[in-house]
Amino acid sequence: MSETHAQTVTFVRDSMLPPAPPPVGERGAVKWLRENLFSTPLNIALTVLGILAIYLLLRAALPWWLNSVWNANSLAECRAIVEASAGEGATGACWAMIRQWWGAFIFGFYPPDQWWRPIIAFGYLFAALAPVLFAGQKRMLTILLGAVTAFLLVSLWLADTPGVPFVLAVVLVLGLLAMAQVMPGKLLWFTLIYPALTFWLLWGGSVWSPIVAMAGFGVLYAVFRFGSPFIGLAPAAGAGVVAAVLWWLYIDIPVVNVLQGILPLGLQAINSDQFGGFLLAIVIGVTGISFSLPIGILLALGRQSDMLIVKTLSVGFIEFIRGVPLITLLFTASLLLQYFLPPGTNFDIILRVIILVTFFAAAYLAEVIRGGLAALPRGQYEAADALGLDYWRAQRLIILPQALKISIPAIVSTFIGLFKDTTLVAFVGLMDPLKGVTQIVRADIDWKGIYWEPYIFVGVIFFLICFGMSRYSMYLERKLKTDHR
Amino acid sequence: MAIATDVPKDSFRLSMLVYDTRYRSYTIQIVVLVLFAMAVAWLLNNTVQNLEARGKEFNFGFLWQRAGYDIGQQLIPYTNDDNHFRAVLVGLVNTLVVAFWGCIFATVLGVVIGVLRLSKNWLVSRLMTVYVEMFRNVPLLLWILLSYVILSETTPQPRDFRVTDEMAAAGEAPAASMMLFDTVAVTNRGTNIPSPLFDRGLGTLDLGFMSLNLTFWAIVAVIAASVFVNRRLLASARATQEATGDRPVTWWKSLLILFAPVILLLVAMGFHVEIPALQGFNFQGGILVAHSFTALTIALSLYTAAFIAEIVRAGIMAISRGQSEAAFALGLRPNRTMSLIILPQALRVIIPPLISQYLNLTKNTSLGIAVSYLDLRGTLGGITLNQTGRELECMLLMMLIYLTISLIISTLMNLYNKSVQLKAR
Repeated sequence: MSETHAQTVTFVRDSMLPPAPPPVGERGAVKWLRENLFSTPLNIALTVLGILAIYLLLRAALPWWLNSVWNANSLAECRAIVEASAGEGATGACWAMIRQWWGAFIFGFYPPDQWWRPIIAFGYLFAALAPVLFAGQKRMLTILLGAVTAFLLVSLWLADTPGVPFVLAVVLVLGLLAMAQVMPGKLLWFTLIYPALTFWLLWGGSVWSPIVAMAGFGVLYAVFRFGSPFIGLAPAAGAGVVAAVLWWLYIDIPVVNVLQGILPLGLQAINSDQFGGFLLAIVIGVTGISFSLPIGILLALGRQSDMLIVKTLSVGFIEFIRGVPLITLLFTASLLLQYFLPPGTNFDIILRVIILVTFFAAAYLAEVIRGGLAALPRGQYEAADALGLDYWRAQRLIILPQALKISIPAIVSTFIGLFKDTTLVAFVGLMDPLKGVTQIVRADIDWKGIYWEPYIFVGVIFFLICFGMSRYSMYLERKLKTDHR
Repeated sequence: MAIATDVPKDSFRLSMLVYDTRYRSYTIQIVVLVLFAMAVAWLLNNTVQNLEARGKEFNFGFLWQRAGYDIGQQLIPYTNDDNHFRAVLVGLVNTLVVAFWGCIFATVLGVVIGVLRLSKNWLVSRLMTVYVEMFRNVPLLLWILLSYVILSETTPQPRDFRVTDEMAAAGEAPAASMMLFDTVAVTNRGTNIPSPLFDRGLGTLDLGFMSLNLTFWAIVAVIAASVFVNRRLLASARATQEATGDRPVTWWKSLLILFAPVILLLVAMGFHVEIPALQGFNFQGGILVAHSFTALTIALSLYTAAFIAEIVRAGIMAISRGQSEAAFALGLRPNRTMSLIILPQALRVIIPPLISQYLNLTKNTSLGIAVSYLDLRGTLGGITLNQTGRELECMLLMMLIYLTISLIISTLMNLYNKSVQLKAR
């Protein structure tokens, strides 16, 4: 059969046809469009609706955006300019308002000739964060510190910084940059100094008060170090804490006064009610974030603890804080704290707000971290026990690194929530960028009736910061991923 | 093997309180308890001293004094002659109303957006991503303020709705017109919506401390009864189906049971709708919904919807592909796969975080103060507090109420959660 077949074949193709390109509908843009936009009737309808939505949005917003006015002194002038250039009835954004008010949006009522201080503090914030965010990665550290240097050079120059602080600030950051090349591990020391430095930069006053206050930690460490061989670790730690508290309560202020008498160095003191805008939001946000994480971890561990009293107290604290709105806590800070503290005490409103915001975020973080702790397989705890690690070593070396890694996305979204919630301080009379400053702008006779522009401006800045945080958390998740999926 | 039987039975030494793990936890707990008790005592002592120094005393008697202020939105009767307690109740109801509508709108919107974000349609999923990121990364306060400002500054004045004789003669349309078949008017003073009226309402029942609107509760009771009867009907239909294999036709019975009694009741009570109309300088008739309420509800719904969308998306993505493939292998159509296989499983993942979103929304209603919405925070923690000067009592009471609301919501939702969780048998 095969023979006859072979003989009947009259033509055998000896060269292959060149492969034909896929049909038009199955390649390139058309295929992509068909698969992604027009695959089913429902999809077609959705696409049409989507395009319609975009079109309507653009039709409303684009002319407004294109007609933007950047130079004007009042809203009326802005509108006149828009109508003159784009015709009767045209609308246009009036970004001139931002030009006039950006100082208030960023710094509040902080005196303009002192703006270099928050600028330095902001630049150094990233220098202090660098070793935490990118531990041991020399390249990232260099990039970040270089960016900080460039930022400081440009913005300090723009802010008319006096010569001495300008040079000192730049020299310090260049020193850090050099340190990142030689001994990147030591950069953490700057992170430890940073809170005191920033406090002094922002609020001003004598240079000695932050130094002497930091010395309290030195006292703590010294007592602990020299006491521990004689009385044991735990009692030495206790004694150290007592010594530090005594230092802060009784020795701090006289020593500062003496030192200030000998060598009066200091910056112009700035009152808390002069803080405002994003300066305030960032001060509250960053302090809250950095203090709420350790407190949150302790609370989570307390809640998981076997000790009944510790557990009950942690649960009570967490559930109470999570059950009430942040606003009520802020009002507690502004109205009730005066009842709970000894008569006559009156401490700074920003500090009070920071404390309450920190507690608030800590309670939420505790729940998030508890989720991470619960998600760890039981075997990890047992392995730590089998290795003979004590509780704190087990937590520090085995449990927490894994639990925190699992909960990174939720931790960062709590941080984002905290940063967004800093706008609520407007309700206790502080000048946050959103309500406080915008209200002042909108109450100004020249800018009465403006609403899109200030909200868009503030919203975009918030968006950039929060979006940046969430992207960083995704980077961190990828970096710390150890499974082989 | 040598067994160490001769473990020294050391007598109790004081240092064992710190170094022996058997006793250390007691030491720690006692220390913590003492510190806590000291802190509480210190705070209480300070509070007592401070109260004395200010000549105030701690009691809630002020709640029965005359309030003397007006509340714009009152869903239970209230005049400024009523006492502070009544004002607090009005505020509480206002809080709950915003939370209720906010939760409903946010859920609907959030589910739609979450599902669309998973859609294969590139454009739509991108748009939804933009929506989610935009609303999640910007403070809620901004959305509240912006919606309020837009509502109150871009909407027309009531007089723009007027049709004067000259305009009628010239055939001109007024500057603004009502929406939805001339039933809803959005002005810069608020939104006028039609109000339900009853010719033969059942009146109110006065219980002394509160009065019940009988008409309202009669309708609620009838609806609840209808739903209950309908469920019984469906249950019996299911029983028949399982016994015989044939499912009796129930849809028209369901419709009848669900709607006929309510309609009958409404007709019996002489139900009609009063449509707002422009009279003089303002709209008369209907209900005036303040912009503060509308703005707060809109902003809360849009903001929370972004979070709910992410929860829904994560929940659906958590169901492994094998589940839908198995359903297709069984011959189920896509929408039945969704409703019978995917959703019931996804719900288990979705509900716990959804509960906390509802809680957040409820707590966030307190931001209504930004647009002067008189909710619990605005009445008890705002005007009442300022008028009576009783910060301590007002704040404690307010926190207690919020705490109670939170606990109730989370208990209810946890009960529901339990009912849909996987039943391990």
